[in-house]
Amino acid sequence: MNAPMNPRKLRITTTSLSGCFGCHMSFLDIDERLLELAALVEFDRSPITDIKHCSQHCDLALVEGGVCNAENVHVLRELRANAKILVAFGACAVNGGLPAQRNHLDVGKCLSQVYRTPDGSATAIPDDPELPLLLDKVYPVNEVVRVDYFLPGCPPSADTIWKFLTDLLTGRTPRIEHPLLKFD
Amino acid sequence: MSETSNANSFSIDGQRIPFTPGQTILQAALAAGVYIPHLCHHPELKPHGSCKLCTVIVNGRNGSACTQMAMPGIEVENNSPTLNDRRRVLLQMLFVEGNHFCPGCEKSGNCQLQALAYDLEMLAPHFRHAYPVRPIDTTHPDVWLDLNRCIMCELCVRASRDIDGKNVFALAGRGVDSHIVVNSPSGRLGDSALSIDDAAVHVCPVGAIMVKRVGYAVPIGERQFDEQPISRQVDYLATRHIPIVPVAATEER
Repeated sequence: MNAPMNPRKLRITTTSLSGCFGCHMSFLDIDERLLELAALVEFDRSPITDIKHCSQHCDLALVEGGVCNAENVHVLRELRANAKILVAFGACAVNGGLPAQRNHLDVGKCLSQVYRTPDGSATAIPDDPELPLLLDKVYPVNEVVRVDYFLPGCPPSADTIWKFLTDLLTGRTPRIEHPLLKFD
Repeated sequence: MSETSNANSFSIDGQRIPFTPGQTILQAALAAGVYIPHLCHHPELKPHGSCKLCTVIVNGRNGSACTQMAMPGIEVENNSPTLNDRRRVLLQMLFVEGNHFCPGCEKSGNCQLQALAYDLEMLAPHFRHAYPVRPIDTTHPDVWLDLNRCIMCELCVRASRDIDGKNVFALAGRGVDSHIVVNSPSGRLGDSALSIDDAAVHVCPVGAIMVKRVGYAVPIGERQFDEQPISRQVDYLATRHIPIVPVAATEER
């Protein structure tokens, strides 16, 4: 079988849930290799394109950050429903990361502590209906939806991301090992 | 020096390993430059056999390489996909059982738990995180204790008892409630007999017992497990002394 002359570009969707966009910055850190990548893929919903909802039949979803509120759950489920392969992208997506440091605290007490008035007499917790409700804990992505691959690191280095993407795009099972495998 | 003969040798994955009587499988393996993953073993302390990372198959039966004696002619299976898969699962359970957040941990890069996870290509903890609520004790002037990172290997318990002669640490509770306790009237580290020179302070394989005011002293790239994975540092594992000074931090390398 001959490969088609102009194979369809793979469609990538990315998002940052409860993350710092550090993993996205590290993604951009692949520098001139972005041009190589752009020949093979196109971006769907992503902070890079500012598309608000992902189209059906995305090939790859990169999910940065853990799941800390109701909106994160909606976004994550949308990506899972529309992407063939979903990747927990970075330390927070893998184990909750820095935001999960609140997991040993009670959310109610946390909010009243942060939003109480200066004299401590009352609290003014924001309750605008547009604000997503916080979850009781920050959850890793794989505790909410099924995850196909994990890419740890805070952030995963550009070389790690490049190795992962090139493995995937060329049909190999992605393998991240020393020295590319880092949790910090 | 022992002669290598069939009477004083056994095999690991088909490789002939000489041993002197009284050596455990792990000691003989490390001395011969063969790596067996382990966490709760330290060459200067008595074997404990609690982490089970060093589980090997000896003549068809599971055993801890750190406690099982080397015997003439035994056949040991060590570096096989089956055993490494099991070891990865053990690591994953250790990771979800505590609160192991590498990016913010001073021990990162020098941590044996992390190094083992790298070496066994553990990409994620897989299981549901317990996110346990565990205390941090900063009452000691020079040392702090973060039980979130404790894996209960009892190296500090053994070092304090057998080297320092102080019995500062002990394991209390059962099952999931097991935790390290401090031997002092208040239960706090600051009121215990612990001092910064104690072996117990420097033996922790993870970031549970940390010396204050020296965090992040070694830059990324020069930490113990940055350059070479732990499986290629058999000499270090076999000969390290307490206090464990990271090789990169010393003058000669």
